[in-house]
Amino acid sequence: MNEPIHNTTSRDHGPETIPVVELRGITKAFPGVLANDHIDLALRGGEVHCLLGENGAGKSTLMSILSGMVQPDEGDIRVHGEPTRLASPKRAIEMGIGMVYQHTTLVPTLTVLDNLMMGALGTFRLDEAGSRARLAEVAGMLGVDVDPDAETATLALGQQQQIEIIKALWRGSKVLILDEPTSMLTPRGVEELARALERLKGHGMAVVLITHKLHEATSMGDRVTVLKQGRVVGRLEPDELRGRSHDELQPVIVAMMFGEQEEAEPELVELQEHVVPVRGARELPREALLELVDVHVAPRGGELGVRGVDLSVRPGEILGIAGVDGNGQRELAEAIAGQRHVSSGEIRFQSLHIDRLSVWQRERMGLRYVSDDRMGEGTVAALPVGLNLVLKRIGQAPFWRRGSIRHAEIERNAREKIEEFAIRTPGPGTRIGTLSGGNIQKVVLARELAHEPKLVVYNKPTYGLDIVTTRTVRERIEALAAEGVSALVISTDLDELVALCDRIAVISRGRIAGIVENGAGAAQRVGELMVGGQAEVA
Amino acid sequence: MSDLLTTDVLTALIAGGILAGVPLLFASLGEMVAERAGVLNIGLEGYMLIGAYFGFLVAYHGGNTFLGFLGGAAAGAAVSLIMVALCVQMGLDQIVVGIAITLVAEGATALIFDANFAESRPTLGATGRIDIPGLSQLPVVGGADTSDGSIFSQPPIVYIGLIIVALTAWTLRRTHWGLNIRAAGDKPSALDAAGVSVVATRAWATIFCGAMAGLGGAYLSITAAGLFEDFITQGRGFIAIVLAMLARGKALWVLIGSFVFGISLSISDVLQIAGVDISTDLVFMLPFVTVIVVLILFGRRSYLPAALALPYVRGAR
Repeated sequence: MNEPIHNTTSRDHGPETIPVVELRGITKAFPGVLANDHIDLALRGGEVHCLLGENGAGKSTLMSILSGMVQPDEGDIRVHGEPTRLASPKRAIEMGIGMVYQHTTLVPTLTVLDNLMMGALGTFRLDEAGSRARLAEVAGMLGVDVDPDAETATLALGQQQQIEIIKALWRGSKVLILDEPTSMLTPRGVEELARALERLKGHGMAVVLITHKLHEATSMGDRVTVLKQGRVVGRLEPDELRGRSHDELQPVIVAMMFGEQEEAEPELVELQEHVVPVRGARELPREALLELVDVHVAPRGGELGVRGVDLSVRPGEILGIAGVDGNGQRELAEAIAGQRHVSSGEIRFQSLHIDRLSVWQRERMGLRYVSDDRMGEGTVAALPVGLNLVLKRIGQAPFWRRGSIRHAEIERNAREKIEEFAIRTPGPGTRIGTLSGGNIQKVVLARELAHEPKLVVYNKPTYGLDIVTTRTVRERIEALAAEGVSALVISTDLDELVALCDRIAVISRGRIAGIVENGAGAAQRVGELMVGGQAEVA
Repeated sequence: MSDLLTTDVLTALIAGGILAGVPLLFASLGEMVAERAGVLNIGLEGYMLIGAYFGFLVAYHGGNTFLGFLGGAAAGAAVSLIMVALCVQMGLDQIVVGIAITLVAEGATALIFDANFAESRPTLGATGRIDIPGLSQLPVVGGADTSDGSIFSQPPIVYIGLIIVALTAWTLRRTHWGLNIRAAGDKPSALDAAGVSVVATRAWATIFCGAMAGLGGAYLSITAAGLFEDFITQGRGFIAIVLAMLARGKALWVLIGSFVFGISLSISDVLQIAGVDISTDLVFMLPFVTVIVVLILFGRRSYLPAALALPYVRGAR
């Protein structure tokens, strides 16, 4: 994943040729935010153009404008030099702009072929034979192998992404936009993607790669544009990129991304670019705090379930669970938290069998769960922050007394937590649904970490959070571990696990494929285990 | 009890199942299509009632059953436009609007009927039947020896219904309309990203649902009863919703389910032929008991599209 992928295609398309798509002075404001502020961007054939920036830098808005989902307030768009209005997704597709979204746009219940045939115009009957031929053609162009009759939901995420790319190219697009395409992929999946993009460049396509990871920009991009707070803050032309290693480029880009900030925060960069794990070996008590013995959890519609997991977590230990999304992580987390029955096997906490205990009893024992679904099961959007902070203590002292709610207590608690966790909210009475994702996550953490936790299961604790909140969340996990509070951190972000954990277990198809002690080379071994697990499936 | 297994009884059971199943077939077929597109029509009972009244009205004044069926379908489709406007376009709650449609239709049809026909209470003549050459002459199932119990001698609307089922199945599977409908219910954002209007797709599916339910209602008043009366549908719209959910989006299952429920609805006649004496109150409960039993046995089998009853707003997740 860290190896630069060398650009092999020739660069005949110099800057003098007309760009396939050109944006000039694009400005878009949403209430309270200037998402895009006079952005210029030129996309040329045979190039991978990387758009780099933090969450909220305006990348997604820019791409929504290009794909016809959002209309700019100001600025023009030229396609092959002609001024064009991209009034709808349909129009964008007609103009040859294909988009691969970060979230899947495939219908899971339909077959691959059905998904690809969707939206074709002109005919009433579906043209199945023609579509099969087209699929073979586009798959050949990408260099991938696809079963047209497979139900989409049964495919691995990497394969689904290949279908997304094929879909974007289906109607002869000349521009392919990929929004954070690597976030769900295994290291091997990233390599395959890079190879496919190389092939597309060879076909003269203009590829836009949106990412917030520096090393992807330097390894895959022919041209890099850095966005920050809605503005272009830096560009790297092909001749500046060529022949320079990642290590040489990194400080240049970092200066672009963070240079204008008053306090340059080197740690921020470190968070992004964990080449060296920060975590070394620590002395931990030998006896296990949480032990799972051959735990099975029955799958529910479309899930894999858990198929015989053995794990143990020692007091103060941070154990990571790595793996591609949907390999049984959520089932495992819910089984430990008590939200699901264990169909066979044992869960022991402080040497007690807890398989039969309720969520509430486990919570009382100090076993906590930070769900990845923070908007759904984590919080009640319509309730105020204050009540969300005591959701798991309903009816209990000091917040309730003899069945009646004590608003003063709840408010006092809320003010304390808002202060302690730096939750940005107008006040304890604000409905939590109106807060940002990062602040909602802080509320969830504040609630779960209250009242003497002993072990916390974190399911994708920093997913979708901005970099500063990500850092505070990780610091909190580490600080608690130092006090002896164990953590089970489930994440799809390998860099995060390497930064945080003492040991990393790899989950694949509902089983633990292996456990790696963190240290030099751990990321690579974890990557290998993830890939090995994937190979079993294919 | 040996009377229960005579050919007369079996023929009457099957023929009755078909006759009582046809309105369920139309309504649940329409509902199934709308559900696949993501629209839950709790107002199905209302569409049927409106269809039953206006179908009857047109057939009575026009003197033609076919005009009556067309009128019923048109009226059902017209009522479904309320659903299209309020729920599909404006994104209001489908369940609330659906309940309102049923309640309004119940009151409105009773009121208009009383205003127009309170004194006369007219009836329509029996509908003609079409015999399938050869098959209707078969001795046992052909029912050549019974007057109105023949399986292969049915009113034309029954054959039309079968043709519509086949066409619907084909359209869903093989055409762009069908594909759009299947996508609109499971992942509307994918359809939108593909450049197809989610609102238009859902609107047409809902109008189809209204027309089919209206047709089913018209069948009840024109063919089955020959008259209109208050609340003539007697909960069939709700049974049809259950059927559509159990059919997992397959037209063939709608057909099978409608027939089975048709049998349970027509069983009182059959018991009379068989000479079994059971309180009619118990017999009238049977279809609803069947619903409960079927739901207990097969409830897990029901499949609902992921985006059912959720309004689609572009960009919102």
